[in-house]
Amino acid sequence: MIWNALAIALREIGRNLTRAFLTVLGIFIGVAAIITMVTLGQGATLAVKAQISNLGNNLLTLRPGAGFGSRTASAGVPHFTEKDATIISEQIAGIAAAAPVRTASLSTIYLQNARLSAITGTTPVYFQINKWNLAEGRFFSEVDLRSGAAVCVIGNTVRTELFGSDNPVGVKIRIGKAACEVIGLLVPKGQAGMGDQDDTIIMPLSALQRRLIGKNSEHDINQISISAQDGVDGTALITEITSLMRQRRNLQPNQDNNFNIFDTRQIAETLGATTQLMTMLLAAVAGVSLLVGGIGIMNIMLVSVTERTREIGIRLAIGATAREVLLQFLVEAVTLSCVGGLAGIVLAFGLCAGLAKIIQVPFNFNLQINVIAFLFSAAVGVLFGYTPARRAARLNPIDALRHE
Amino acid sequence: MNQPAASPLIELRGLTKTYGVGDAAFQALKGIDLTIQAGEFVAIMGPSGSGKSTLMNVLGCLDTPTAGSYHYQGIAVEALNTNERSLLRRYALGFVFQGFNLLARTSSLDNVELPLLYRGVSRQDRLAKAVAALTSVGLPTKLRSTPAELSGGQQQRVAIARANVTEPSTLFADEPTGNLDSVTTGDVMELLTRLNLDRGITVLVVTHDDHVATFARRTVLIKDGLIESDVVRP
Repeated sequence: MIWNALAIALREIGRNLTRAFLTVLGIFIGVAAIITMVTLGQGATLAVKAQISNLGNNLLTLRPGAGFGSRTASAGVPHFTEKDATIISEQIAGIAAAAPVRTASLSTIYLQNARLSAITGTTPVYFQINKWNLAEGRFFSEVDLRSGAAVCVIGNTVRTELFGSDNPVGVKIRIGKAACEVIGLLVPKGQAGMGDQDDTIIMPLSALQRRLIGKNSEHDINQISISAQDGVDGTALITEITSLMRQRRNLQPNQDNNFNIFDTRQIAETLGATTQLMTMLLAAVAGVSLLVGGIGIMNIMLVSVTERTREIGIRLAIGATAREVLLQFLVEAVTLSCVGGLAGIVLAFGLCAGLAKIIQVPFNFNLQINVIAFLFSAAVGVLFGYTPARRAARLNPIDALRHE
Repeated sequence: MNQPAASPLIELRGLTKTYGVGDAAFQALKGIDLTIQAGEFVAIMGPSGSGKSTLMNVLGCLDTPTAGSYHYQGIAVEALNTNERSLLRRYALGFVFQGFNLLARTSSLDNVELPLLYRGVSRQDRLAKAVAALTSVGLPTKLRSTPAELSGGQQQRVAIARANVTEPSTLFADEPTGNLDSVTTGDVMELLTRLNLDRGITVLVVTHDDHVATFARRTVLIKDGLIESDVVRP
C-alpha cells in the first residue's frame, strides 16, 4: 500500500510539474535564505571575535582629544611625550608594559613597486602589547631603538604589495626619504570590520623621528599602547591613568580631559553584542523569508484545492479508501518539501562558501541551522499539503466530486 | 415470476435521505422500496429535484442514507463504515458521470488503469486490461490523449472504459449523456447496452431523456422522493 501510494504520488507530481515546481521553489528559497543568513552572520561574529583577540587582551590605548563623538576634535590638543609612556609603566601598578606610538603615512618603494603605507614608530614592547608574532626574521631590539637603526618589521599586506611572495627579510626598501632594512615579517592578523591590520610597517621610534620625519616637539607621540597585567581591573586602571595624565598635563579641576583611554575589552564586548544582535536580526529576516516561502506554498496548495478535492472525489468513487488518498497526498507533500529543502541546503552551502570568501568571514557549516531550516520547511510543506487533503477525504465522495 | 433463490442484487426498504436539519431540512427521498436483480438494465427517471440522482448516489455508496435499509448482494450497506464502502465500490461498482470526472492532465490509459491500481493489479495486467477496455469502447488510438485533447463523447467513452475495466457487478450512470449531442448519445447508450448484454453487468442509468430510457428494459419513475411507477418492458 505504501509503494502504491508512492507510485501514485510520484505520477501525480509528474503530471503537475508547474504546481510541483512552485511548491518546491517556496521551500527552496526559504531554506536557502535562512541557512545562508545565519551561517554568514555567525561567520561575521567569529571574524570580529578573532579580530578582537588579535588586538591583544587587556589593551588600553591612550589618545589625545576628548574621545569619540562630536567633541572628538584633537586639533590643538597636545600629544604625548615619550616620558608619559615611561612614567605610566613605572608609576602605575598592574601595568605590564606601555609603548609610545608615533604614526606617519609615507610612501614606500621597493624596485618598481610603490605605495603609501602607515608607519608606526615605537619601542620593542609594542609587539607584545599588540600581540604581534613573527613569520620571518626578528623584531627590532632596545639596541636598535637606542641607535636609531634604520630597520623595520612589515605586515603581510605591505609584503604582498612590495615583494609579492618573495622573502622580504634582509632587503632594503625606501621609506619616505630614507632607506630601511626589513628585518622581520609579521604573522597576518586578517581584516574584518576594523580595517586591514596587516597594512603596517613598524620601526624604532628613534629611527622614525630622526631619519624620516624629524623631531620638532617633545609632544610628538600620537598614542600610548598600554597592556595591563592579567586579572587587573581595567576600570580602576583607567581611573589611575586618568588622574596621572591630568596631573602631567596640568589640567585644572574645572577642565575636561583632553585625552581619552580606549579599552579593547569594552570594544570587544560592544562589538560582540552588536554582531550577535546582527546575527539575530539576520535570522529574523531569514525566518520571515521562510514564512513567506511557507505562505507561497500554502497559496499554491489552496489554489489547487478545488481541483484536488475533485480529484479526491474521483479517487474515492473508483474505490480508493480515504487512507490511501491521504497517504498519496502525504507522500506528495513530503517529497516536494524534501526536494525543496535539500536543494535549499545545497544552494545555501554554495552561497555561504562563495559569500564568505567575498566578505572575508570564516565559513563554518552549521548543522543545527541546516536541520532546523529543513524540518521547519518540511513541516510547512506537509502541513499545507496535507491538511486540505484531509478535509476533502472526510467528505462523502459525492460532495468531493461536486466541490466548486 | 420466478424469483432466483439467491438474494437480489439490490434491495431497498423504506430508504430515506434528508439534507439539512430543523426547518431547513429537505427530504430528498421519502421511503423508497426497490428490488433490482442481477443483469437488469434499469432507467431511473424523473423531473429535476425528484431525488433520482440522490437515489443513485446512495445506491452507489457515494452518499449515505438517513434511514431505511439497503442490501447489496445481501450485505447490509448502511452498516458498513467509510472504508468498507470504499472497498465495495472498488470491487463491485463502476461509475459514469454526466461531467465525465476524469483526472485532468492524465492520459486515457492512466485514467482507465487507476481502479486497477487500487485493486493491486500487476503492471502488465493493468496495461493489458486498460488497453482492452479502451479498445472495446472504440478508442484504441487515444491511449496517450489527455481529457483536454478528447471530445465529450470520447471522454465519456474513456469513463465507461474506466468503469468496466474492473468488471463490476453494477454500473451506475448518472445522466451519462447529459453533456453529449444526440449522435454520441446513441454511441454511449449502445456501449452501455453491450456491457449489459455481453458481459452481464447490471446497468442503472439516471436520466430525464425519454430516448435514453428506451435502451432500458425497466423504467423506474421517481417523483418527489417516491417511486411513482415501475414498468418493465415486455
